[in-house]
Amino acid sequence: MTTIARPVITRQNLKIRSGQRIVLSHGWARILTMLLFAVAFVYFVVPVCWLFVASTKSAGDLYTTPSFAFAEFRLFENISSLFAYQNGVYLRWIANSILYSVIGSLLTVLVSAMCGYGLAVYQFRGRRIILGAVMVSFLVPGAALTQPLYLQLVRMGLNNNILGVILPALVYPFGVMFSWLTVRASVPMEIIEAARVDGAGEIRTFFQIVMPMMRVGLTTVFLFTFMGSWNNYMLPMMILDDPELYPLAVGLVDWNKQSTSVAQLGTLTLVGSFVSLMPLILVFIFSQRYWKSGIAAGGVKM
Amino acid sequence: MSDSSASIQGPRRGKRRGPGLAPYFFVGPFAVAFTVFLLSPLLVAVWSSLFTVKRSGLGFGGTKTSVFIGMGNYQAALQNKQFMSGFGRVLLFGVVQVPLMLGLALLFALLIDSTLVRFKRVAQIVLFIPYAVPAVIAALLWGFLYQPGVSPIVKGLRTIGLDVNFLAPDSVLWSTANITTWCYVGVNMVMIYSALQAIPQDIYEAARIDGASEARIAWSIKIPMIMPTLIVTLFLSIIGTIQLFNEPTVLRTVTSNVSSEFTPLMSIVNTAFAQKNQNLGSAMSVIVALVAFILSAVINLAQRKWEEKS
Repeated sequence: MTTIARPVITRQNLKIRSGQRIVLSHGWARILTMLLFAVAFVYFVVPVCWLFVASTKSAGDLYTTPSFAFAEFRLFENISSLFAYQNGVYLRWIANSILYSVIGSLLTVLVSAMCGYGLAVYQFRGRRIILGAVMVSFLVPGAALTQPLYLQLVRMGLNNNILGVILPALVYPFGVMFSWLTVRASVPMEIIEAARVDGAGEIRTFFQIVMPMMRVGLTTVFLFTFMGSWNNYMLPMMILDDPELYPLAVGLVDWNKQSTSVAQLGTLTLVGSFVSLMPLILVFIFSQRYWKSGIAAGGVKM
Repeated sequence: MSDSSASIQGPRRGKRRGPGLAPYFFVGPFAVAFTVFLLSPLLVAVWSSLFTVKRSGLGFGGTKTSVFIGMGNYQAALQNKQFMSGFGRVLLFGVVQVPLMLGLALLFALLIDSTLVRFKRVAQIVLFIPYAVPAVIAALLWGFLYQPGVSPIVKGLRTIGLDVNFLAPDSVLWSTANITTWCYVGVNMVMIYSALQAIPQDIYEAARIDGASEARIAWSIKIPMIMPTLIVTLFLSIIGTIQLFNEPTVLRTVTSNVSSEFTPLMSIVNTAFAQKNQNLGSAMSVIVALVAFILSAVINLAQRKWEEKS
């Protein structure tokens, strides 16, 4: 009985209700979505804002004043004591990070661009071996092999040496793959042929004609390797003994470790993190389109 | 991404001419770097994991010799309680954190892709900003946010009568999970969102005419179509989880509740450097790499199966 009656009623109700529901639920959905994004904003952005507020406080105020209220504004005093600590070791770390990241990334871009170009344009004996090597470097988990890599660097005498930080990063399969795609997408074979007809050698053709045409793709590769080496912590931590050679990440963690005994270092770690972060975030926001194209093509290492 | 006329010619387009040695000049640097910094360390690690260092003679003056012990180091690694419980810990971490993070990333990507969100660019930047923060700096920052003396969160919760300790033995794993989630939701969201953007919009039209709701379209059309990308994000997250190192290492500077062998990679570092047993460290490295490699292969296979099916 009920089973017969019910469908008729509900179906009619549903028709009316479903019309209303679309409007209603859309309104509700919109409000819920806005709430969700408000929560996301608090979660993702506010910690960075807190870092700024905390960086403006003296060591005493940091522990005594409310977390999000500005106390006496001491950001510039903090920054100058940050730069003054141990004869400016912080500046040294920044310089190291920039040096390792810029030189390392330029080299990685060059090696990747050359390899990607070689694979895209030529057919040669051993090509499959190189392809296999690229595949293997994609699949082998890098961090898990840091200790064997460390031993290799020690054998080569590259421990406690800039080259020990820079050279291992040259194996960057994503860079090779992305360069390859870039060559195929933005370098017509006719141009390479034309250069050959004009008498340019293979190497000159690449450096003078092809590389400028690859610049958008190579910028993406550069940004990713730059970020990767700026974030690199495990390998530099293992192979560098001399604090003068530390990149920022290793130096700041070291300060944080010491902050239990040297109270001043707690504040300096905070301010140091803040100072190192601001240029990164700005560059990042303005280079978003490169990031997105790279991420869409699979350029993420985690 | 690719201009079709150029990509059709494909990789074989230089075949007609004999390029001589030029191709080797181009692929050479990568090949050398690969051999020196990846292949050779890997092979040496496998080799040295089969040996152990024995001291002969008395006291500190004795000589050290390498002795072949076959699978002995692997046996020792698998019987090492700390190393294995590190594996257990990252497994637990992965089972909870990875679905949570990818679920959030998928939810946000679908919302930004839907008609519900108006400020799509701003919404993306908000989620994406933590990706600009190096993992170590993120861990330092959250380390401060967990410390009772400084943390606005701990203080805030205390004013409403809640006393939480983010760095307690039971909670510190989840505090670590929070840092990785904070760092990587955004980048996963961008990956998923770019996959969503690649779906031709007219597919939705038919569904809309048939009266399907946005939620229904998301569930029945969008999610199946971006499955390959979702599998890639899953793959990257699992590999990242097995190799968890930076975040717990940084948290260890503020709490003693993160042991020196908290994760498999921390175990490796501890064994190789604090205990100076490089051979056992190599064996552990090979084990972790192998586990990660097998998982990658399985996920790759799953992805291929999925693509064949559709």
